[in-house]
Amino acid sequence: MNKDEYAKLVKELSPKEPRIKNAIYAFLVGGLIGFIGEVIVNILIESFGLARVDSYAWLALIIIGISCLLTALGKFDNFVTKAKCGLIVPTTGFAHSVQSASLDYKREGFVTGIGANAFKLAGSVIVAGIISAFFLIILKVMCYG
Amino acid sequence: MASLKFSNVYINDNWTITGPMESDSKLKKIDIKLDDYYFDEKTFEQAEIRMQKMAINSILARHKLSSKDIDLIVGGDLLNQIAASNYANNATNIPFVGIYSACATFPESLIIAGSFLKNDNVNKIIGITSCHNLTAEKQFRYPIEYGSPRTQTSTWTSTAAISVLLSKKKKNIKVESGTIGKIIDMGIKDTNNMGAIMAPAAAQTLYEHLSDLNRNVDYYDLILTGDLGCVGGEIFKEYCSKTYNIKIKKHLDAGCELYLKSQNVYAGGSGPSCLPLVLFNKILLQKKYKRILIIGTGSLHSPVMVNQKISIPAIAHAVSLEVL
Repeated sequence: MNKDEYAKLVKELSPKEPRIKNAIYAFLVGGLIGFIGEVIVNILIESFGLARVDSYAWLALIIIGISCLLTALGKFDNFVTKAKCGLIVPTTGFAHSVQSASLDYKREGFVTGIGANAFKLAGSVIVAGIISAFFLIILKVMCYG
Repeated sequence: MASLKFSNVYINDNWTITGPMESDSKLKKIDIKLDDYYFDEKTFEQAEIRMQKMAINSILARHKLSSKDIDLIVGGDLLNQIAASNYANNATNIPFVGIYSACATFPESLIIAGSFLKNDNVNKIIGITSCHNLTAEKQFRYPIEYGSPRTQTSTWTSTAAISVLLSKKKKNIKVESGTIGKIIDMGIKDTNNMGAIMAPAAAQTLYEHLSDLNRNVDYYDLILTGDLGCVGGEIFKEYCSKTYNIKIKKHLDAGCELYLKSQNVYAGGSGPSCLPLVLFNKILLQKKYKRILIIGTGSLHSPVMVNQKISIPAIAHAVSLEVL
């Protein structure tokens, strides 16, 4: 049996991922987080008299704070396992990835442990953000001056 | 020829310590069940070291042996530089052979121990195997608390340390023969489908074992593979019949036998401890099989090579056991 035939055999015998079910579930959970976010924004505007721009900044802080707290309490990973990308794609996932990597390496020191590993997963997102911001700003200057 | 026959090598006893998931599974007669992954230590790695130390010391205590009575310890684990085994053996004061072949560690340790026991001046050897779900997760996959979604083909690394006492005294289980396998790479790159990576290696070793010793597969009452998982087990049987024309009648996979369906581990258990756990704490307790061929299967995957997009090699070692 050569490698191609073997790959075919493996594909045949491996169970399929329930992609559609996962996608619907992630869509609903992600949407629910967006909905909760919108409710929080409106409460901040109505009850605390914040401007819409400021309330979005506060919302990010609140959501990141809650997800970090849940990660530290050891609950968030169970939610991620069930809700999959519904929780990983929003800001909750970003905070969670930094927090969980930091927790893993906390015993290995501040510099060699947490410092070196906190952005193990999230680092590529930050790099992508910086690079795209760099090119977009060049584009903006070229088009609009 | 990579197959060896042993005339007087016996597994006299075994001692087991398991983690929380294994305690709820189908296993029986576990010596110590932990309900905490930390085992009162500061880190998971230190917990694994303590588990190994305890496994070695407890089997010595049970047989009223001191470190002077043991000629050699053979063992390994999953960590980089087999750290758990090296640190656990730091204070034992017994000569130590550290081995790494991922989840094929247990049969490899039996074969090495058997070869040493052929010498007149070697009488008692301890084999030690351990793995810890969270140290393996941290090293090979994502951070522990990240809870990355798993696929249907993924397996769950078991948490356990198992020590076995081997000697020339005729008792319990005879280590009859063993085959050291070749490294096989069938081009699979998916780290979430370890069963598919390891199945061809298991089949190759089974074929070599049978042809070296001139045996038919029906000679064995049971073929027990290490941690192919439920998915890999099926691939193994199919691959054996298609490539080597070996039709296996009685096959079980330790990974598939380890956990309950309700424990949500997808394709089953894995890790170096998976095979000895199921063998000693389940299969042998049933007293159903006389001749058992265990095939430990190791996916020799290195996160560095996986990131370089190179396919993952695998190895399998087989040991033939006879229940006395």
